Amino acid sequence: MPDLSTDFAGIKSPNPFWLASAPPTNSGEQVMRAFDAGWGGAVWKTLGNPIVNVSGRLGSIDHGDRRMIGLNNIELITDRPLDVNFREIAETKKRFPKHAVIVSLMFDTKEEWREAIRRSEDTGADGLELNFGCPHGMCERGMGSAVGQEPKVLEELVRWVMDSARIPVIAKLTPNVGHIEDPALAAVRGGADGLSLINTVQSIIGVDLERLVPLPTVGTASSHGGYCGPAVKPIALRMVGVLARDERITIPISGIGGISTWRDAAEFIALGSTSVQVCTAVMHHGYRIIDDLVEGLEQYLASKQMRSVRELVGRAVPGFVEWGELDLNHHVVAEIDAATCIGCQLCHTACHDGAHQCIHLPGTRAHAGHVAPQAARAAELAQAAAPEAPYRVPWVDETECVGCNLCALVCPVEGCITMVERRRAPAKDTWNERVAQGRDRVPGGLRDLR
Amino acid sequence: MARTRPWCPVCGHELDQPAWDGPHPSHAVCACCGTEFGLEDAADDELGRARRHAALRQRWIAAGHTWWSTRGAPPGYDPAAQLARLLGSMPHDHALPPGRLEEQLPDKAPTLTSSEALAEASRCLYCFDAPCQRACPTSIDIASFIRKIGSGNLAGSARTILSANLLGASCARACPVEVLCEGACVYTGWGRKPIAIGRLQRFALDRAASPALLERAPPSGFSVGLVGGGPASLACAGQLVLLGHRAVIYEKEALPGGLNLNGIAPYKLDARTALDEVRFFEELGVEIRCGVEVGRQLTPAQLLAEHEALFLGVGLGPDKRLAVPGADAAGVWGAVEWIARLKLDPRHTVAGVQRAAVIGGGNTALDVVRELAQLGVPEVALVYRRGEQELSGYAHEWEAAKGEGVTLVPHAVLQEIAVRDGRASALRLSRARDGRATEERLPERPVDLVVFAIGQARLDTLLRSFPGVRTDAEGRAVAERASGRTDNPRIFVGGDALNGGKEIVNAAAEGQAAARAIDAGLRSGELRRG
Repeated sequence: MPDLSTDFAGIKSPNPFWLASAPPTNSGEQVMRAFDAGWGGAVWKTLGNPIVNVSGRLGSIDHGDRRMIGLNNIELITDRPLDVNFREIAETKKRFPKHAVIVSLMFDTKEEWREAIRRSEDTGADGLELNFGCPHGMCERGMGSAVGQEPKVLEELVRWVMDSARIPVIAKLTPNVGHIEDPALAAVRGGADGLSLINTVQSIIGVDLERLVPLPTVGTASSHGGYCGPAVKPIALRMVGVLARDERITIPISGIGGISTWRDAAEFIALGSTSVQVCTAVMHHGYRIIDDLVEGLEQYLASKQMRSVRELVGRAVPGFVEWGELDLNHHVVAEIDAATCIGCQLCHTACHDGAHQCIHLPGTRAHAGHVAPQAARAAELAQAAAPEAPYRVPWVDETECVGCNLCALVCPVEGCITMVERRRAPAKDTWNERVAQGRDRVPGGLRDLR
Repeated sequence: MARTRPWCPVCGHELDQPAWDGPHPSHAVCACCGTEFGLEDAADDELGRARRHAALRQRWIAAGHTWWSTRGAPPGYDPAAQLARLLGSMPHDHALPPGRLEEQLPDKAPTLTSSEALAEASRCLYCFDAPCQRACPTSIDIASFIRKIGSGNLAGSARTILSANLLGASCARACPVEVLCEGACVYTGWGRKPIAIGRLQRFALDRAASPALLERAPPSGFSVGLVGGGPASLACAGQLVLLGHRAVIYEKEALPGGLNLNGIAPYKLDARTALDEVRFFEELGVEIRCGVEVGRQLTPAQLLAEHEALFLGVGLGPDKRLAVPGADAAGVWGAVEWIARLKLDPRHTVAGVQRAAVIGGGNTALDVVRELAQLGVPEVALVYRRGEQELSGYAHEWEAAKGEGVTLVPHAVLQEIAVRDGRASALRLSRARDGRATEERLPERPVDLVVFAIGQARLDTLLRSFPGVRTDAEGRAVAERASGRTDNPRIFVGGDALNGGKEIVNAAAEGQAAARAIDAGLRSGELRRG
C-alpha cells in the first residue's frame, strides 16, 4: 500500500489527516480516542484567555435528505482552563509520540503570546497554529479574523511568535478577505513555517420564520457565525489552489474546508495541500470516518501507481491557470446516447430555459445547414412510435451547442450525455495571446486604474 | 503443475487424447480403469457426465483401483497420484448445462446501478453502534461499507464486508434480511422503508470483490481437512487460508457449494453465482476435492492422519417423507431433491403439472411453493397441519407466496397419496386439531405433483464415525457453542450439522468462528497430526 506518512514543515504524522482545531479536539480524552481510531494528527481546540460561551451555538442547512451539508457556529475558543489543556496535551503527546499534536493559540499581548508558546512547547507538542481566522466573537476583541484581515498586523504578530517559538508555526487564515494572497504573503514575510486555510466563512445560516429571528437563536436574537462543512469546499479549494500556484509562497499548506471523504482530501492534496484538516464530517459522523479516508486515499494512490501521498501533493496545480490562459479553440458538444436515455427530457428543459436552446424534442426539424446528426432518426422514431409509448429521446443541434455541460450535469443517467470534442481549430489560442497580439483588447479601465 | 497430457476423468490415468472434445467423445478406452468414453459416461450434458464420472470413479475405487489391461499394470500406474491429479482439477465453473428450470426464474433483486446504489447509500444514516450490524450473525460493519459505497471506495466497501463474512456474496442474495439487518434498521422501527442493505452488499461485491483485498498471514505449514463443500466449510476454509493454513475440502458431489449451489431459491441465488463464489474461495487458495465421499473413499482415520484438525460441515441428510401409502409413487418428491433438480438438472420439468401440493410449513416448503407458482403451475397448495399464523416459515415469504397465487390448506394431515398408473393422483387428508389428525376426512384433492418439505434426516451416523464426536437426541453434533469444538479436540463442526438447519449466514459465522478456534489451537501446538 502507498505510504501516507506526512512531513509538514517538520511536523511528522503517520497520515495527512489531522483533526482541525474545533470541538473534536477539545480534550485529551477525545484526541487520544481519535488517534486510536487512526487519525494522523490533531490541532487542539484554540487556547486563549478565559471566555464564556453562549448556549445555542450551531445551525445547519440540509439539502434534500442530506442533513448538515453546511454548518454554522457561534462558539468561541476553549472554555476549559489553560492548565488542564496543557496537562492533557502533554499526556496525549507522551502516549502518542508518533502522532502530530499541534497547539492552536489566540492571545492578545506579546507577553501572553510568549508565555503560551513556552507552555505549549513544554508539553512536547509538535507545532503551533496561530488562529487568525475565527470570524465571530473573537474578532470583536481584536483577535481571530480581525488579525487575519489586516496583513500588517498579522505579519507583526507572526514575527512576535517566531521570535520565541522553537517548534514549527502555522498561520491559519480567514477566507473573509478579498485577496487571500495578502494575508498569506504577510505570514510568509513574518517567517511562518506553514499556512492552513480556510477558517470559517462569515454567515447567517437561516432565519426562523415563525419568530423572525436569525438562526441559531440565543434567547430572542442571534449573531452571525462561521460557516463550514461540505458546502464551503469549493471556496476553500480555490483559495488553497491560488496560494499553491503562487511562486512567492514556498511554505507548505494544510488544506481545510468541507473535507468529508477521501475524495475531498485527495482533491485538496492535488491542489497543493501537504496535510488536510477535518472537522464538520467528524462532528457529524465521529472519528470512525478515518477508516474510509485512509483506505480510500490508499486505494486511489495505488490505482495511480503512486507510492506515497507526497507524489500527489500539488499534482493538479499546473492545471489551475488564469482564465486568460484557457484554450479558446477547445470546443465540445453534447451527445445523447439514445440507448440509455430514459426520456425525462430534463436536458431539453435545462438547455431551453437555462442555456442555449440547442437540445430539441424528437419530431422537430433541424435548421437547414445545422449539424444535428440525431435529428432525422429521432423524427423517424417519433413518427413510428405508438401513441401510448411515444419516443422521447431529445436531439442536439451541434451548431448551436456551446458546450456548457449543463445538460450532462442535470441528466440522471450515468454516462448518457457525454461532451464530445469538436475543436474549432487545431492550434491553441488564448485570450492572453489575443490581447498580446492586438487581436483583442481589455475592455474597461480596470488595468489602467491599477 | 504443468499439464502435459490429458488424463482420464474417471481414474486420472494419462490418455493419448482427451476423453471428450466438447460434446464429442473420443470412444477410446482408458488403459487403467477401462472406461469407454462416449459409452459408459454418456450423458445429456457436462453435469450429467461429471456425475457419471464420479460414479464410475467410486466403482473403480471400490474394486481396489484395479486396471483393465490384460497385460498387467499400465505404464505410470499410481492410484494415489492419479486421484490427486484428478481431484484437484474437477471442472465445475463451466459445468452447468443450459435448459435448467431455474433459468426461468428471474432474479428478484438484480444488482443496482451506480446511481441507484449511490442514492440508497446516501439514505443510510450511518448509525453509531448500528442495529443492523448487531442483527447480523457475522457482524458485518454495514454502516461503514455503505458509507464507502457513497464515497466511491468500492474496494474498501467490499473489504469491509468480506473481512467479516467471506460468504458476503451469497448472503447478500439469500439472507432473510427482513428479519435480520433490514428488520433492525432504524427506518424499519420508524415505519419507513429500511435501507436496502442486501442489495447494497451485492452491489459492492459484484463491483469490487477480489481475493486480493484480504490480508493473509504467512504460511504456517499446518493443514486442515473439511468434510462437505457447503457454506460452513467454505467460510471456515477461507478463513483458515487467510490465517496461513492449508485447507482441503472433501465434497461428495461432482460440484462444490452444497446448499448454496443446490438448495437456495433461484430467484435469490442461482447456481452460476454460487459456483462463482466457490471460485472466489479457490482463488483464495482453498483446495476443493469433489467426488470424494468421506466414509467411502476416505476414512476419518485417514483424514486425521493427513491433517492437524478437521472441520465437519456435512449439513443434513436426505429429505424425510411421511410414512403414508403412496409416498414412493412417481410424482412424489422430497423438497431438497426437487429443488436441487430444479437448479441443476436440465431434464427436470413441470410440464403438464396442473395441481401441485407441498406438504409442510417451513421455509423450504415456502421456497418450493413459490418456485412452482413462478414456474406457472396453475394450482399450488401448501398443505399444513396447523393454521396460517403458525407457519414456521418467514411471514414475508408467505406473504410473497400468497401474492404469487399460492393457497393454504390449513389444519390438514396427509393420510394417503392415491396412486393411479403408478403416479400420484390425489391427496387423502384428514382434518387436524392442534396439529394432530382427527377422524374427520377432508375432500380428496386431485394432484399430479407432491413435494414433502417436512425436514431432512440427520447425518448423525456419519458424524459419530469420527472418533470422539457425539450427537444429541435430535442428531446434531455436540460441540462448544462459541468454537464448534467437539469432544475430540481436533474435530470441529459448524453449519446445519451443528445448528440443525439455519441460514447461510449462520453457517458462515460458525465456520469462521471454528477457523479462529482452530487457528488458536494450531498456533499453541495443541492440535497435532497423528
